[in-house]
Amino acid sequence: MAGPAIALILVFVIAPFFLAVGFSFTNQRLVSPNPAEFIGLSNYRQLLGVGVLHLDPLTDAAGAVVLDEQGQPKLSELRKITRKNPDYPQFDGMREWFSWSSGEGRTYVLARDVVFMTAILNTFIFVLVVAPLQGGLALGLALLINQRLRGINVFRAIYFMPVVVSIVVVSLLWSFIYNQNEGILNNILSAISFGAIPRIDWLGNPSTALGAIIFMSVWQAVGFHMVIWLSGLQTISPTLYEAGAIEGASKWQTFRYITWPGLRNTAVLVLVVITMQAFGLFSQIDVMTKGGPLDSTQTIVFQAIQRGYGKQDISAGSAISVILFVIVLSVSLIQRYLTREKA
Amino acid sequence: MAQISQDNRGLRLVVRYSVLCLIAAIFSFPLIFMVVSSLKPSEQLLADAHSFRALLPVGDISLNNYFDAFKRAPVALFVFNSVLVTGVTVIASLALCSVAAFAFTFVNWKGRDLALTVILATLIVPFETIAIPLLLEASKLPWIGLDGITWGWLNSYRVQIVPFIADGLTIYLFVQYFKDLPAELIEAARVEGASWFAIYRRIVMPLSGPVLATAAILKFLAMYNQYLWPIMVTQEEQYRPVMVGLQYFFQLNRAWGEIMAYLSLITVPVLAFYLYLQKAFIASIASTGVKG
Repeated sequence: MAGPAIALILVFVIAPFFLAVGFSFTNQRLVSPNPAEFIGLSNYRQLLGVGVLHLDPLTDAAGAVVLDEQGQPKLSELRKITRKNPDYPQFDGMREWFSWSSGEGRTYVLARDVVFMTAILNTFIFVLVVAPLQGGLALGLALLINQRLRGINVFRAIYFMPVVVSIVVVSLLWSFIYNQNEGILNNILSAISFGAIPRIDWLGNPSTALGAIIFMSVWQAVGFHMVIWLSGLQTISPTLYEAGAIEGASKWQTFRYITWPGLRNTAVLVLVVITMQAFGLFSQIDVMTKGGPLDSTQTIVFQAIQRGYGKQDISAGSAISVILFVIVLSVSLIQRYLTREKA
Repeated sequence: MAQISQDNRGLRLVVRYSVLCLIAAIFSFPLIFMVVSSLKPSEQLLADAHSFRALLPVGDISLNNYFDAFKRAPVALFVFNSVLVTGVTVIASLALCSVAAFAFTFVNWKGRDLALTVILATLIVPFETIAIPLLLEASKLPWIGLDGITWGWLNSYRVQIVPFIADGLTIYLFVQYFKDLPAELIEAARVEGASWFAIYRRIVMPLSGPVLATAAILKFLAMYNQYLWPIMVTQEEQYRPVMVGLQYFFQLNRAWGEIMAYLSLITVPVLAFYLYLQKAFIASIASTGVKG
C-alpha cells in the first residue's frame, strides 16, 4: 500500500539527491551533444579554491622601497602572479577577494570564484541575522497574543496574514515600498523627519539591499513561527503558573523559570526550521535584485540556479547544491548538539 | 483606592490594545495598500503614496487596471494552470500519502521501519538542493501517452504535479495522527475479516477529518506559491502558473497600477479563503510543531 508513495519519493527526492552528488564530479550539461565526462573534484576546486598571498613592496637595486605616485610603497602587480605564472601554479586564475595592509606590504585573500564566495558570505549573514531576529520577534508576538483579551483572535489572524501570501508577491509589492523616488518607505521617513532623511535607494545600494530583503523576509514569515511558539506555550500546564503566582514570582521570573523551560523543544524546532528555510533564500533575490547591486545580494541558491539553469551547467549547479546540503546538515547537527538535553 | 486601581486597569487595557493595533498595522498596511492601489490609475497611485490616501479607495476608482492586466498577459490561462496543478496535486497527495501512512502505522511488513526512517530523513533535504539534478532528470523521463512513448517532461502539467505528490512532511503528519487512533478498532475489524483497504476506507478515513484539512492546507499553500520549480520547467507560456506569470509585469518602466491589480487578483482569493478558514489554517501550521 505504501508502494506508490515510496516509489515517487525514490524517483523525485532520493534519486536527484544522489544524482547531484554524481553530477558534481562530471561536466554534465542540460543539453549537450557530448556525453558527460568524469572530472573529479574540479567543480569543487573551481568553486571553493582560495589562497592567501603576501606581497612585499618592490625594492630597487640599492634595497630601498620603491614608492608609487601617491607615495605608497609599490607592490608587484597581482595580475602577474595569478595569470599563468609558472612560479605560482596554485594561484592561477584567482582574483582578489579582499585584502589588507600588513607591515610594508599587503596581504591578499584570493579566490578562484569571488562571486560564489560572496554568495556564501551573504547567505550566512542572512541566516545569522534572520534566525535570532525572526525567532525572537515570533516569540514576542506569541507572548503578546497568548493573553486573555477580547478580540485577541482577530489580532492573531492579522499577524499571520502575510504567511499565506506568496513570497514572490510580497517581493514585488515591497519593491514598490522600497523604491527610491516613489516608494512609501522613503515617503514616510521624509514626512516624519520633515525632509531631513534623504531618499534612499534601498534595493539599489550595496549597503542597504541585503538588510531591506532581511526586513521584508521577517515581515512575511514571522507569523508562521509565532503560531509554532503559541502551540508550545499552550502545552505548559496552567498549574505551574498558579504555583508561580502563589510564590510571588515576578513577570521576568515567571518567564525565566516556567515559560522558557517549557518551550525548550519548541525553541529547537523553530531554530532549525528558520535556519533551513533561510539557507534556501532565492525568490526574494530573483524578483528584487538578481543578486545585485555589486553582488551584495548574491546567495548560494541563486548561484546554483543561475549556473545550473541559466547557463545550463548542471554539474556546477549540482556541486553548489551539494555544498549547500553539507552546510545545512552541518549547521543543523551543530544546533542539535548545542541545544541537546544536558544530563 | 478601588477607584485608582480601576483606572489603572483601564489604562493598561488601552496600552495593550494600542500595541496590538500598531503591530496589526505593520502587518496589514502593505496588503491593504496593494488592494486599494489596484483600483487607481498609476499616476494617482504614485501621488497618493505620499499620504494616508494610499490606504483609502478614493479618487478615480475603477477596474481598468484589471482589464489592462488581462490585455498584457494571458491571465485567465495562468489562473487555470495554477488551479489545475494545485488541485490535482493536493488531491493525489492526500490519497497516496494517507494510504502510505496507513501502511506504515497499522500493517506489518518487511522493511517498514527502514522505509519510514528514510522517508523522514528526506525532511532535512531542502528542495533547493535537489532542484538542479531534478531538472535534468525531468528533461529525460519517459511518458506513455496517447501518442506512444515520449521522452522529456519539460513544459507539461505532469512535471509540475508528479514530483510533489508524495512528500515526507505529509506522510509524517498522517503517521502522527494515525498513531493516536484507537488500535482496538482496527484489530476488531481485522478479526471480523475486513480487508486492509476496507479498514482504511470505512474506519480510518472517516475519523481523519482534521489531519486531512491540515495536510490539504499545507500542500495547497506550498503548491500555489511555488516559484523556483515552475520558472525552470515552463518555458512555454501554455503551462505557466500565476507566480511565473508575474514576470510579464517586470519591465523598466513598471506600470504599478497593473502590477497591483495582478498581485491582488492572485492573492485576494487565497487571503479570503484564509480569513474564512483561519482557525483551520493556524491549527495546521501549529500541528507541524507539536512533538517536533
